[in-house]
Amino acid sequence: MNDVKQNKAAQLVLGTAFGFVFGFLLQRGGVTEYDILIGQLLLTDFTVLKVMLSAVAVGMAGVNLLAHLGLVELQIKRGSWGASLIGGLIFGVGFGLLGYCPGTVSGAAAKGYIDALLAGIPGLLVGAAIFAWAFPRLTEVILNKGDFGKLTFDQLLKLNRWVTIAIFEAMIITVLVLLEIYT
Amino acid sequence: MLKATKQMILPAIVVLVLCGATALAQQRGASPTPEDAGQTSVWRQVRWSPYVVGAGIGILSMLTLLISKEAIGVSGAFAQTSGMLEKLFRGKTAPVREYYREHPPVINWGWMFVVGLMLGSFVSARLSGDFRIVSVPARWLESGGDSRLLRWGVAFVGGIIMGFGARWARGCTSGHGISGTLQLAVSSWIVTGALFISGIATAMLLFHVVMQ
Repeated sequence: MNDVKQNKAAQLVLGTAFGFVFGFLLQRGGVTEYDILIGQLLLTDFTVLKVMLSAVAVGMAGVNLLAHLGLVELQIKRGSWGASLIGGLIFGVGFGLLGYCPGTVSGAAAKGYIDALLAGIPGLLVGAAIFAWAFPRLTEVILNKGDFGKLTFDQLLKLNRWVTIAIFEAMIITVLVLLEIYT
Repeated sequence: MLKATKQMILPAIVVLVLCGATALAQQRGASPTPEDAGQTSVWRQVRWSPYVVGAGIGILSMLTLLISKEAIGVSGAFAQTSGMLEKLFRGKTAPVREYYREHPPVINWGWMFVVGLMLGSFVSARLSGDFRIVSVPARWLESGGDSRLLRWGVAFVGGIIMGFGARWARGCTSGHGISGTLQLAVSSWIVTGALFISGIATAMLLFHVVMQ
């Protein structure tokens, strides 16, 4: 196993294979479909939320169990109010206009959607380039404002990790049940 | 350079095999056998339950961490591609931007993940007969009309803003929305909440006020 983890070529193959499964699932779930994605943002179709919440419900239990057993290392992203809140808000404006996110725009392009292939993806590349150009200045001015590092909710709430997980799982399952009843 | 080429051989083979499988799938799709008429095989069904798909993604997020020490994420690969293109156009002698020193624009696990994602979506769509060339999606047609220029223009601008915002937020709907939230990361829940709130506001404004 450790050989595989360190073998670069093998990891490139694994990346492709894992990506293949992810793309297959996204497409079958309907979430590479513009109408379904924009339906979520217009609150007329809740497929996206159902897919995301069930992924998080299963992954939260599984990944944390693996981490508890010492089999995986968690990868928490650093956060700050300047980067996370404002970045998320900017992202959402683009999300609303484009109607796809970075993963689903790739999937949509691959299933024949020209707006994703010729407009969405080039746009993403230009946006990333502009950010790279502005990065030093943004770092100075805003990205580290209100930095809280790699904080997790169990640390924030000063609760046992598994109690926190139980609370989140209960909330997610409640939302899924309510969605199933009311939509 | 030679080393890099060698490293690309295996992935290239995988890509070719997957494309071959797709071609086969297409041929089979062209001539449905009689027994398919009664009950559709799972692989031919256009849609799977969102819960099955979600659970599958949840299991996938465990496997990527376990086998590759990588969390599922997509938007980073676009920044890497952007960096590679910039290198191509500006030449190798141009000073490397600070962002790319911290996040090298290379072909790695995450980059191949997006290549795989596109292949997977393509194969899935072909197998179920859901592949079709669409210039303007149906829901947009309904509110925004059939102008390609308008749809593509808005999509391009949206893409720029989203690509910019994804780097600003250090991740997207996959890296934060799925991988980060399931690890209980505070940053990821903030990003995911913020992007849905402003995404909903933007879409509502676009469809119910601007284009109605």
